[in-house]
Amino acid sequence: MRVPLSWLKEYVDVTLPLSELTERLTLAGLEVAAVETIGLPGADLPWDPERIRVGEVVEVKPHPDADRLVLAVVRYGEDDYETCVTGAPNLFPYLGKGRVSVKVAFAMEGARLWDPYAEKPRVMKLKKTKIRGVPSRAMVCSERELGLSDEHEGILILPDDAPVGAPLADYLGDVVLDLDLTPNLARCFSVIGVAREVAALTGQPLRLPSLEVPMEGEPAADQVAIEIEDPDLCARYIGMVIRDVTIGPSPFWMQRRLQMAGMRPINNLVDITNYVMLEWGQPLHAFDYDKLAERAEGGKPTIIVRPARPGERMTTLDGIDRELTPDDLLICDTAGPVAIAGVMGGLETEVTETTRNILLEAANFNFISIRRTSRRLKLPSESSARFGRGVHPAMARRGALRAAGFFHRLAGGAVAQGMVDAYPAPPEPVVLTLTPTEVRRVLGISLTLDELSDILTRLEFDCHVEGDTLRVTAPDHRLDVTCTADLLEEVARIYGYDRLPATLMADRLPPQRSNRDLALEERARDLLVEAGLQEVITYRLTTPEREALLLPPDVPREELPYVHIANPISAERTVMRRSLLASVLDVAAANLRFRDRLALFEIGKVFIPVEGEPLPEEPRRLAVLLTGPREPLHWAGSDREPMDFFDLKGVVEALVEGLHLPDVAYVPTEHPSFHPGRVAQLTVDGEPMGVFGELHPLVVENFDMPPRPVLAADLDLEALLAKVPETYRVTPLSRYPAVRQDIAVVVDEEVPAAEVQRVIEQAGGKLLRRVQLFDVYRGEQIGEGKKSLAYALTFQADDRTLTDHDANRLRDKIVRRLEATLGATLRT
Amino acid sequence: MLEELNRLEEEALKALETAEDEEALDQWYRAYLGRKGAVTRMVRSVGTLPKEERPAFGRRANEVKQALEAAYADRRETVRRMALARALEEGAVDVTLPGRPVVRGRLHPATRTLREIYAIFADMGFQVYRSRDVETDEYNFQLLNMPPHHPARDMWDTFYTTQEGVLLRTHTSPGQIHAMREFAPEPVRVILPGMCYRYEQITARSEIQFHQVEGLAVGRNITMTDLKGTLAEFARRMFGPERKMRFRCSHFPFTEPSVEVDIDCILCEGRGCPVCKHTGWLEILGAGMVHPVVLRNGGYDPDVYSGFAFGMGPERITMLKYGIQDIRYFWGNDLRFLEQF
Ligand SMILES: [Zn+2]
Repeated sequence: MRVPLSWLKEYVDVTLPLSELTERLTLAGLEVAAVETIGLPGADLPWDPERIRVGEVVEVKPHPDADRLVLAVVRYGEDDYETCVTGAPNLFPYLGKGRVSVKVAFAMEGARLWDPYAEKPRVMKLKKTKIRGVPSRAMVCSERELGLSDEHEGILILPDDAPVGAPLADYLGDVVLDLDLTPNLARCFSVIGVAREVAALTGQPLRLPSLEVPMEGEPAADQVAIEIEDPDLCARYIGMVIRDVTIGPSPFWMQRRLQMAGMRPINNLVDITNYVMLEWGQPLHAFDYDKLAERAEGGKPTIIVRPARPGERMTTLDGIDRELTPDDLLICDTAGPVAIAGVMGGLETEVTETTRNILLEAANFNFISIRRTSRRLKLPSESSARFGRGVHPAMARRGALRAAGFFHRLAGGAVAQGMVDAYPAPPEPVVLTLTPTEVRRVLGISLTLDELSDILTRLEFDCHVEGDTLRVTAPDHRLDVTCTADLLEEVARIYGYDRLPATLMADRLPPQRSNRDLALEERARDLLVEAGLQEVITYRLTTPEREALLLPPDVPREELPYVHIANPISAERTVMRRSLLASVLDVAAANLRFRDRLALFEIGKVFIPVEGEPLPEEPRRLAVLLTGPREPLHWAGSDREPMDFFDLKGVVEALVEGLHLPDVAYVPTEHPSFHPGRVAQLTVDGEPMGVFGELHPLVVENFDMPPRPVLAADLDLEALLAKVPETYRVTPLSRYPAVRQDIAVVVDEEVPAAEVQRVIEQAGGKLLRRVQLFDVYRGEQIGEGKKSLAYALTFQADDRTLTDHDANRLRDKIVRRLEATLGATLRT
Repeated sequence: MLEELNRLEEEALKALETAEDEEALDQWYRAYLGRKGAVTRMVRSVGTLPKEERPAFGRRANEVKQALEAAYADRRETVRRMALARALEEGAVDVTLPGRPVVRGRLHPATRTLREIYAIFADMGFQVYRSRDVETDEYNFQLLNMPPHHPARDMWDTFYTTQEGVLLRTHTSPGQIHAMREFAPEPVRVILPGMCYRYEQITARSEIQFHQVEGLAVGRNITMTDLKGTLAEFARRMFGPERKMRFRCSHFPFTEPSVEVDIDCILCEGRGCPVCKHTGWLEILGAGMVHPVVLRNGGYDPDVYSGFAFGMGPERITMLKYGIQDIRYFWGNDLRFLEQF
């Protein structure tokens, strides 16, 4: 909503400096998004008060050398004259007419104006020059040169009462407040609505324009009838008849105000309806009464407000033939539709140059219906914007009378007596009660009944003290007050949010529940960060095609159910993801353009539709990705071998150890996304937790990554975290020295290392404190199909110092057990 | 003999000063104090002296021996120090060479800010309560005082799913209803973090998904001044004690009264800059007193219970704190961005 300050001041005295006014309005919820200054200091181009003035063209003479130019003699002070060369077509009618008086905007040498011919806004400085032989050091200005509008056809012509010699800035300079209004502030979509707020906020009286209209002739009720089919869709419809209007331009002040408010002046009839809409917030529509009479074929025109019939069509005033649906509310007469209610008029009954008599509509339509129709037809307008937010039906009468008054004064119309007012169900006044106790309970401040009454009265609420209660009736321009909480907001707003003290909650602390679910998730994040991984967070919206890339091209794809977006914003974001890994691979591919080494993880939800349920399951998963050299480049040399399965397994081990998961196992498995033979299933307590390993080279290729090992884990975080024990025990430390023994055993290639370790641990018993595999060897020395595993064994007792003899005995026992159960041989 | 002894001492001490390393020291020792050393030999030759001279010579000889032993020990220590100093000098490195890289993991900046928010509110007794991303229209809008076609729904451009009445939550506010229904009639003090979604073009300033953290306090004695105090405490801890805060009237269908909270611009200290759109203020959160309809929908009698709610965007807070101009950096996951935290 654009509010010119000069217009606002018609209804309320503005007692605050501009910066304080904008601050007060903003704090009170009428957010001043921008302040546009026109001509005054602070504007993009302030008008020099000395050099840009109101001038009077007193004579228009021919240019000696050019037919398309004239010489305008301008008086710009008591006795100051200057001759300007101009080609303005709107001065030509005065050529050779002798003494004339045309008020204009006059600029002298040195004045800064917008260059009307520049493509981008550019300021020019007016210089002394010669135009076709005639010296010139001043000019008469167009609206474009002044920055008022884009108009440059002719010069700006000011009203006859413009004070000659006055700085133009004093006469035309203005400030426009651009307000961002939240939906509850529908009442402020009008200059009066904003003035009302300013009055309440600054304690100034509000001056409303008079609604008196002289009426004459045949009563309106004899000239038009109104029928409302469904009062839920149209709460009120007022018709007034105005005869013998003269169409023409509206007065300068009205045009200026419309322009500053962002609307284009058209003619006096249209401008009046727009002006009153901006002033009061009540949208209006004018029909050509004679066209309606014609359609009524001699009968009394009857306006019928009803939903469209299926298949009904109408040509709107933009010339488009539109098909309507029963969701659209229509204004009809006995011959059919004449307007789409609150959205757009029809072409046939439109006001034109030849219109003499008009039917003025001031109605109230259901906001949902208007919103739906204007959205469906893609016809947003000032009118539908106001109806769509809600207008109080009481406003219709004010709007009708105000507009009728203008039709009388500005278009010479005769207003028919009375109005036809179909108002089937006027809303009950909203009466609420408020007590200081309630104010204290919710707002936390103590105000007396008088103070409350004073605040609400400033907003035109009708207040009566009844005992310790305030009985409050909401004014009939507001639809947003329905309960006590709404009153509390008004009290807080006018009292001033900035005046509220800051307190700490005195209410008792609710029972504290620890959020184990979150704590464990964050613990997992910390463990992965400790393992040197970078966390990423990706889009949860993707496409099934993108996720299908997790399978090599030749693997048949199963149709997976997805949560589909009905209104996707792009072809890349059509469903909720089922996989984290695909997104993390996208991140990896993008980063490989800058990096060779990546170690990433993401923890987040995936979305799995459930058969027969409206809502999906949203389990959390964990994806890990490693690729590139093991260590970053370094001048002293570093391990630049590509990371492999065991780098990833180290990360997984760090995670499961850090979470203290019991009974963890790594089971060889198969998965189409992974390199055969380099993928494992993580199990905890024998239950599957997801897979990890080296990605299949064709999957790596699918994601446009260079051909080299990419290690990835795709784990079920819900399952993992469910296995985290509530607590765990710490073992006491032995005070006695440890003994280390190394053994190397040769086993068949098929025997998994985990099995060897298990046998060692079992045989070693509780004195065996640590088993470290430090070498794996294959080669001729030990024969084909065999491998040698070398372990460092650490023995220690809690109650004595172990001797070499003890250690040897345990070692021999372990070797014997390995020989017996796994067919191992000791390598010497 | 005595004179000779004195001369020998003088000579030995002089020779000791020229010993620069272990080897020279050993040589010196052998030459003077060893079994066949000059001093040892002279001591042994005491027998060749007349009897009466022997005690005096013996005393003197012992003195010389002890003095030389002491001088030797001193010199030995000096030589060791000199050798060490030489070795250390030779072992100097170019300290400006880069250190061996430690591969450091990092949290995503959004996670960092979320944790910061959790910690601040945990100190004020707020616990984390999380709810689903894919929500019903009922929870996202209707129970929050936005019936179908309510004009306020325009404030949220919504992603709908192909399932009737199911959408991607536009805010974490549905969690308010979930939490209240779970805890009523107990008082509630929770924060509700989570990913939210808006049907918007992705630009430097707007994203289709973003985190939100809402707060909710419901009890028998919760006031708007408490809201102001709680948020002031948050702003102080998140943005520093010198920040100014202002409450601005606003509108959300689920709170009444509603406010937006600004802090004075971190970048320009309130003087006005492009980031604060030349207002000197930065909006950091929206808040208000829980609307009676919402309290009732959550299972609380609004005549007895009151509450406040607030909501903020961790990404926006991160952007303000670190001067990040482009919100797309967050889900872009470019390591050149992530590694700056
Ligand atoms: Zn700033």
